[in-house]
Amino acid sequence: MMASRMRSPLGRAIGLGSAKEGVEHWWAQRVTAIALVPLSLWFVASVISLVGADIETVQNWVGLPLPAILLVLLLIATFYHASLGLQVVIEDYVHPELARLGLVVVVRLLSFGFAVAGIFAVLSIALGSTS
Amino acid sequence: MRSADRPLSPHLQIYRWQLTSVLSILHRACGVALSAGTILLVWWLIAAASGPEAYEGVQDFLGSWIGLLLLFGWTLSLFYHLCNGIRHLVWDTGHALDLGSTYIGGWIVVGATAVLTLVAWVAGIAHWVS
Repeated sequence: MMASRMRSPLGRAIGLGSAKEGVEHWWAQRVTAIALVPLSLWFVASVISLVGADIETVQNWVGLPLPAILLVLLLIATFYHASLGLQVVIEDYVHPELARLGLVVVVRLLSFGFAVAGIFAVLSIALGSTS
Repeated sequence: MRSADRPLSPHLQIYRWQLTSVLSILHRACGVALSAGTILLVWWLIAAASGPEAYEGVQDFLGSWIGLLLLFGWTLSLFYHLCNGIRHLVWDTGHALDLGSTYIGGWIVVGATAVLTLVAWVAGIAHWVS
């Protein structure tokens, strides 16, 4: 992975920093951030064009290949990025170890759950399993 | 350095606010707000997949004054976090880290956020009316 190449030779030789996984976290946050620049601008522009649209129009739009693919990518990048960002906020402000760990786990699980729910909705529209 | 000479964390009661620190905390606040707000996106998609009744529920909520207020907050947070996120990515390359550049970049972010939010809502309202 890219992330392992970003460590200094000494850092690699010693092995692990204090947090054990900081480089991967930092790198994933930047990669998802870069992906979200075009994806979120595209999404806002699309929503503006759908203002006031009825459900058939929205379903037809979501079902098109490009919107369906971009929506799935948007959901993955958004919830991955959100879980990484919220983890940092929790680790900064929540000091009791059990509460900190618990909240990070809850945020991870919720992010994963919401991403799967959103992706399922997009796919079920796109693959025509809704009336 | 003797321990008495070490710089202390800012005491918020007597702290003089600066653009840079305000933008920094806003970046975090908007990120947290967006995490919650993006649940709206999932709700909207699930409703669109579920059928006309569910979709009407979302539309009624988003069209209400509280829904519109949430949407406005969501767009403002998104554009701010997006613009300031790009500022962060520039910093990650090691550029624009001096004091003057952080202020110039900060004001550019504030201006871009205002313009993008305004453009999005004017376009949205124009689309709604037509």
